[in-house]
Amino acid sequence: MPIQTEPITINLGPQHPSTHGVFRLRVTFDGEVVLDVEPVFGYLHRGTEKLAEERSYTQIVTLTDRLDYTASMTNNLAYVRTVEKLSGIEVPERASYLRVLCSELQRIASHLISTGFLMQELGTFGGTPLMYCFRERERILDLFEMLCGARITLSYMRPGGVTQDAPEEFWGALNILMDEMPGYIDELEGLITTNEIVLARTRDVGILTPEMAIDASVTGPMLRATGVQWDLRKADPYEVYDRMKFDIPIGSVGDTFDRYFVRISEMRESVKIVRQCIEQISAGPIKSDTPYFVRPEPGEAYAAVEAPKGELGFYIVSDGGISPYRCKIRAPSFINLTVLRDLLVGWKMGDLVIVFGSTDVVLGEVDR
Amino acid sequence: MDFLTLYEFILDRLPESLDLEWLAFGIAAATLAFLVFNAVISATALYTWFERRVLARIQSRLGPNRWGPFGLLQPLADVLKLMVKEDTVPDDADRPLFHLAPIILLVPGLMVFAVIPLGEIPFEDGSFLGRLNIGVLFIIGITGINALGVFIAGWASRNKYAMFGSMRAVAMLVSYEVPMALALTGVVIMAGSLALTDIVIGQNVIYLVTQPLGFLVFMTAASAEMSRTPFDMVEAESELGSGFNTEYSGIKFAIFFLGEFMAPLAAATVATVLYLGGTRGFDPIPGQIWFVLKAFLVILGLLWVRATWPRLRVDQIMGFAWKGLFPLALFNMFLVAIEVLVFQDPDTGAISNGELWLIAGINWVLTVLAVVVLAQVLGQKRLKRPVPVPSPLANMNAGSD
Repeated sequence: MPIQTEPITINLGPQHPSTHGVFRLRVTFDGEVVLDVEPVFGYLHRGTEKLAEERSYTQIVTLTDRLDYTASMTNNLAYVRTVEKLSGIEVPERASYLRVLCSELQRIASHLISTGFLMQELGTFGGTPLMYCFRERERILDLFEMLCGARITLSYMRPGGVTQDAPEEFWGALNILMDEMPGYIDELEGLITTNEIVLARTRDVGILTPEMAIDASVTGPMLRATGVQWDLRKADPYEVYDRMKFDIPIGSVGDTFDRYFVRISEMRESVKIVRQCIEQISAGPIKSDTPYFVRPEPGEAYAAVEAPKGELGFYIVSDGGISPYRCKIRAPSFINLTVLRDLLVGWKMGDLVIVFGSTDVVLGEVDR
Repeated sequence: MDFLTLYEFILDRLPESLDLEWLAFGIAAATLAFLVFNAVISATALYTWFERRVLARIQSRLGPNRWGPFGLLQPLADVLKLMVKEDTVPDDADRPLFHLAPIILLVPGLMVFAVIPLGEIPFEDGSFLGRLNIGVLFIIGITGINALGVFIAGWASRNKYAMFGSMRAVAMLVSYEVPMALALTGVVIMAGSLALTDIVIGQNVIYLVTQPLGFLVFMTAASAEMSRTPFDMVEAESELGSGFNTEYSGIKFAIFFLGEFMAPLAAATVATVLYLGGTRGFDPIPGQIWFVLKAFLVILGLLWVRATWPRLRVDQIMGFAWKGLFPLALFNMFLVAIEVLVFQDPDTGAISNGELWLIAGINWVLTVLAVVVLAQVLGQKRLKRPVPVPSPLANMNAGSD
């Protein structure tokens, strides 16, 4: 007598340890094998885009903090760059350097979180690598605290510059951290990159091809892991990135391991960029003379930056008032999530969790 | 304390005319069981504190340190909290089985301690049931019941995650019984007895030295048996939430928790007896202290692995049992059998210490060789990956000319 079997459907989330917030995956399994995946999101929808329509241009900065809450600096940067483009505001050189410096520190912090949680999902008990990642991230948050008093939701940037100059002790602490950072990354790599189990779990799992990635307009480390060398910092240099020397690390296969490894390599490049910022930065004003209520001419503008997760863009339409007529956010996490089904079908339950982890989505940004 | 001496002690004090042997037997058994039960549970409670502290140190955290000196009373607080929590049962649960599962899971862990010889060589005091002439078989059989408990818990909960966990558990635990039993066969061949006391007496050179491969296989299989990382897919927090015990709460969860934390203690004590010479040691430190020290070292090793390594995938775990551990265990068994045949004194059946050291030398070389060969066959590092080449689909520098 043949055994009667049928697929089983499980709702992974919205309360689940591996969903990076409130995210639901409706998965159909045949035993352990994934037959179908349907991502369900919207549990963290806070109406950021709509709220932006009734806030002044300066107030919206605080809303952007809460998009990708692991990388507030780059959110701020993408937004203020759009406002500056819309209303033609100039940014002093020192402010530009501070912005680049902060973006790169934020990139390191965000990639540390991503790597740590990927390891957590791989099953290191209690997350030993996660704790190590958090130890280093804590140092970066301390630096941010010196800069602007906040640690996570920073609101450091304003149209026309940044809120305040870095205090004296900031530079000393930054130098020490940048000296120690390569050692930290080596330590992390020693724990992860050469681990036989990590290799067995991540290599050739969840392969994303360059064609698939471009078709779905995937950006960021996920795109670069497929071997497509595309980074807005080089392709369309903003602020002072054109004066920096750095490489764009890419992967060869596009699997989970490549996505992890590209992030590790990007952290090393970010350390280089921060070092160059420290060398090149000179004294000067940190904010141009911008009024508190910015009133751009009627019109529209789109500006994007290379956020840790990919291309983060703001599209703002102005009707001449003190708040935008429309503010559309191109959230990289949301768009990177669209390939999830293609990545997951045919893999096992354990792979599902780590492939989803390696896409590095933050639900604050997905649901907005 | 010997069971038989206790039995006779009680029997002497009962009126002879009434033929109360059964009562003496019962009282002696209950007394010993009570002692072992409480000692083991207290040790487990302390061990939860120890494990959490050690893990915390490895992860550069502090761990429980609030309640009592160094947080030593934390287990008490945990148990108290779990006892006053509501004991929920899902509507669709199979109630009798649901209530039975925690007990089935806890009891085997406790029963293992019944046969552990804690006395000093030559075990004139008997050491509970240490002289049980099928001690090793008893341990293998008793720990096999674990799989049943996990499966019943998952099945009775009527929860998909729990079901996933228990299906995985059955497949895995059954697979890892095989290499574990084969590894223990090596010990039995060399000691010539299944009784744990005889195995300790036989270890003039401890079996960790003479059978390193067996120890390796045994510890790996044991950590799979108690489903700890890298084999913790039964509970796989990041995948299944909590696995087979998802639906349990209150005191029933506490019992699962206890069973889970008792497993490493049981595994460490069994490993100490079988491979590290049990209570053997040097004077003036008493044998019991040696025993605890050795078990402590084994536990520390287990914790270290647990804190560092990620989890294998389901198919990889099964593959590792059959492709990796099974051949190693077989190899170890035949190696030991041949060596015993060659070096054994044909008249007395004994192997001299010099010959044991020779065996140890041969086995260490062969162990390193076997592991290296296996790593070459199954390992990941031999797989080469292509060098990254920028894809022609996008040209980042197009605009800069």
